Amino acid sequence: MQTSTDPSPDLLRISVARPHDAFPGKAAKDLKATISLTDVNFFYGESQALFNVNIAVPQNHVTAFIGPSGCGKSTLLRCLNRLNDLIEGAHLEGKILLDGMDIYSPQVDVTDLRKRVGMVFQKSNPFPKPIYDNVTYGPRLQGIRNRAALDQIVEESLKSAGLWEEVKDRLYESALVLSGGQQQRLCIARALAVKPEVLLLDEPCSALDPIATSKIEELLFGLKKDLTVVIVTHNMQQAARVSDYTGFFLMGELVEFNDAKTIFTTPQDRRTEDYVTGRFG
Amino acid sequence: MQRHFDQELKDLKEKILRMGGMVEEQVQGALRALVERDSVLARQVIENDHRVNALDVEVDEDCLRLLALQQPAARDLRFITTAMKISTELERISDLAENICERAIELNEEPQLKPYIDIPHMANWSLQMVKESLDAFVNADPALARKVCGDDDFVDDLTQQLFRELLSFMLENPQTITRAIRITFIAKYLERIADHATNVAELVVYMVEGKIIRHTLG
Repeated sequence: MQTSTDPSPDLLRISVARPHDAFPGKAAKDLKATISLTDVNFFYGESQALFNVNIAVPQNHVTAFIGPSGCGKSTLLRCLNRLNDLIEGAHLEGKILLDGMDIYSPQVDVTDLRKRVGMVFQKSNPFPKPIYDNVTYGPRLQGIRNRAALDQIVEESLKSAGLWEEVKDRLYESALVLSGGQQQRLCIARALAVKPEVLLLDEPCSALDPIATSKIEELLFGLKKDLTVVIVTHNMQQAARVSDYTGFFLMGELVEFNDAKTIFTTPQDRRTEDYVTGRFG
Repeated sequence: MQRHFDQELKDLKEKILRMGGMVEEQVQGALRALVERDSVLARQVIENDHRVNALDVEVDEDCLRLLALQQPAARDLRFITTAMKISTELERISDLAENICERAIELNEEPQLKPYIDIPHMANWSLQMVKESLDAFVNADPALARKVCGDDDFVDDLTQQLFRELLSFMLENPQTITRAIRITFIAKYLERIADHATNVAELVVYMVEGKIIRHTLG
């Protein structure tokens, strides 16, 4: 704009950085990738659900996948910790690397993989056990028996999941007495207890009220300091709020992957534009 | 799929255009009041400014409501934020038309210093820029918007030229100083109107292309 005095151009430049953005303005490809997918095709029997997906999920950032129902975003998420292995007739082509390791290689122990890549689902699914036992379930499976060590894990995990203050006095009550939002945060704490490198969240807030939702969203900002977060959501505003990088999927294809600011203000692909403006269909 | 939201965006666009039309009339009225030494008309233009102000507030409220309730993204978001800013630019242009009228009323109380030649010329350029920047907005035409940005230099040159001429009047005859200064002010107002039209044009480029070009050209 025209100004009569000439302030320094630096003062006038609009900052694209958001407060929680550790690497403002960096393209995803310039960041270290925790997970990288190369030419991934995925099939449920005869029907192909993912087409030639290439994506590098940046480390210590929140990456969101958005797209209409059936676009393949959840399928992709489930490929990242091999949950689709359980589905008969499903198979994957291409490569998915976790820190350089091919997660579909026969040498990989799937249990070990899922320890490194934790997951939280749409519907909270705490075990019908005390809160304490829910959190220690994973560490115990790994052979940790020391009471003090377990106590510490419980406290740390519940604190990271933003639940500690609410449950610290009733750790031995059943997890099922917690509210929906608390149960979902307990599931996050349970996933965090085994110190994963990646946390996958599949529609984690779709059954929660706005306050519980905002607690989980706030949580993600803190979590990405220690791990990489990948979230699938139908809620576009949520993707815009929480993600640093956003991928838009359509009919099994990754249409556009970019920093969230670009996806939601100046998308490059017409289809992305139509989807984020709600003109889709 | 025609959405209810699309109709609201259309209404917003029409409101901006209505405001643009009013602002053009304000500037034209101010120019006529000056050239034809018509103080009655000048007062009328000043009086009409509140209508533009009211529309500015209305556009602001519409935009805020759409932002809060529709949570628009991408081109819808760019359109609404642009409309909000354009409305401010237009309101400022109307204020400048009001300022021209104030000076015209003062000038009309004294004998004419000289026939107005450059001022109407400048005014027409500025008006043309306002018109074209709004056309660029309506038709989402970044090429036209960029042309408007380029035209601004011409108005700046005219201002300088007029200023030198008025300076020579003042040097020759100190009795002309008050009037010459008032005319200088008017030239400055017109130059500012062209600047606001340039701002509108720059906003249009952002709206269409998502590129912020302001503060980057010369």
